[in-house]
Amino acid sequence: MALTIGFILQLVQITVIVVIAPFVLGVTRTMRARLLRRRGPPLLQAYRDLWKLMHKEAVIAYNASWIYRGAPYFVFAATWVAAGLVPTYATGLMFSWTADLIAIVALLGTARFALALAGMDIGTAFGGIGSSREMLIASLAEPAMMLIAFTVALIAGTTQLSAIATIFLTAETGVRVSLGLALLALIVVGVAENARIPVDNPATHLELTMVHEAMILEYSGRHLAMIEAAAAVKLVLYFSLIACLFFPFGLAIGDKTAAAVLFGLVTWIAKMLILAVLLPIAETSVAKMRVFRYPAFLGGAFAAAALAVFLRFVSRGF
Amino acid sequence: MPPLWFDIAHLLAGGVLVLSLVLLYQDRVTAVINVFALQAVTLALSVGWQAFIQGQPALLVTALIAITVKGFIIPMALHRIVRRLDVHREVEQVIGGGATILAGLALVALAILVMQPVTGTGDVFAREDISFALGVVLLGLLMMITRYNAVTQVIGFMSLENGLILAATGARGMPLVVEISVAFSVLIAFIVFGVFVFRIRERFDTVDVTVLERFRGERKEHV
Repeated sequence: MALTIGFILQLVQITVIVVIAPFVLGVTRTMRARLLRRRGPPLLQAYRDLWKLMHKEAVIAYNASWIYRGAPYFVFAATWVAAGLVPTYATGLMFSWTADLIAIVALLGTARFALALAGMDIGTAFGGIGSSREMLIASLAEPAMMLIAFTVALIAGTTQLSAIATIFLTAETGVRVSLGLALLALIVVGVAENARIPVDNPATHLELTMVHEAMILEYSGRHLAMIEAAAAVKLVLYFSLIACLFFPFGLAIGDKTAAAVLFGLVTWIAKMLILAVLLPIAETSVAKMRVFRYPAFLGGAFAAAALAVFLRFVSRGF
Repeated sequence: MPPLWFDIAHLLAGGVLVLSLVLLYQDRVTAVINVFALQAVTLALSVGWQAFIQGQPALLVTALIAITVKGFIIPMALHRIVRRLDVHREVEQVIGGGATILAGLALVALAILVMQPVTGTGDVFAREDISFALGVVLLGLLMMITRYNAVTQVIGFMSLENGLILAATGARGMPLVVEISVAFSVLIAFIVFGVFVFRIRERFDTVDVTVLERFRGERKEHV
């Protein structure tokens, strides 16, 4: 019986994160449009887009290989698995023991690798330039992400997300400069990884500024739907990561009573909505930066994360 | 669990070090001045908090000097100088921004590695603040050698002095006479720098210090 309930709770986590993802994306789009004094799409537009794409014909280039056809499903699957592991409304779920921060980084890295391969598969210039830029961003963002993982692991003593969230929620970790720096670095990395504004514009099709859009330019129909869904899930994954590491308030950490689970779900959705409103505010207040500025921007995240590790060593022993 | 007073001291002292790196990261003169002012205010808060928990009212005077002189007067004067010299565009760096930041991180690591064993048995504040302070001093020096612009070199020097104050407060305060004379000498240095900057500008039409090397014949290329 306990096994069944554990399985159901894990299933709820895996389902809810993928169901809610287009809605969160819709909130960011509508909020952004409102800030630009436009009316913006309805909140459920992202679902309708996915529905439409699912029913459209998938046009595939003549010289596309199996990589091109398989990549969208692979990207979606890897992102979904990673998202299903991040503690959203409760810790200590059935598969929480696999929810290692480094494993999640690796899953996302694998998904990005597949997408970059697909971008180059057809051999168009845009796909190639998109892949090359994506790899540039990844090579800068991933070291920063690993250092964030180290910082959190040094403070909590483990890289397992579920255990980290429990420790941060129950034990008094106090006001730590290291955690503040890690949060800053995680926000910068999240912005870069999700192709949001200072680094990439998710709404652009202007050839010189595209990164993510350039890679998926040739995709259509159900393949595009998979990639769009994966992008939405990835955004919610990063939101959840920020929420569970730095604002673990409301997580159901003890017995999974109905009230605790419900409270966890409600607070998690509230946190997602708050972040979905904050992101477009940050996006509309800065300008898109040149490609040559990425190293400085992401290098700043790396520096912040490295400093977080150093400062953690100074205050060791307290 | 660390007590709250220690956490706040750690937060403020760490903030000074973080702002030192931010200072290195900025590439516009006005932004550099603003970050410097912010660093001085953070330093003043840190010193004020130390005065509170160490029970040494003399440190409050240090905090007050830091916040008025370095938090407001010097940044305002620097803003005026920058406006009058019309140099508020990008700063030329000797090496690239990324390399500077990496060098800065290495220096912070060095400061911590050097200071941890030395102050191992000391007071908690001495341990924290002296490693942070050495980091700030080294970053100030790095800033002075990686910038061509005389105004940013002056700011590097001033942030170096912030590090000295941080070290002094960590070591249970320094005599007020010493503190006042240090603050005074910094002011004098600032005035000397100001005159110096205007003289370079008058003679060479720029505040880029490489022209001095050319003037002395150390570099043999065209101006």
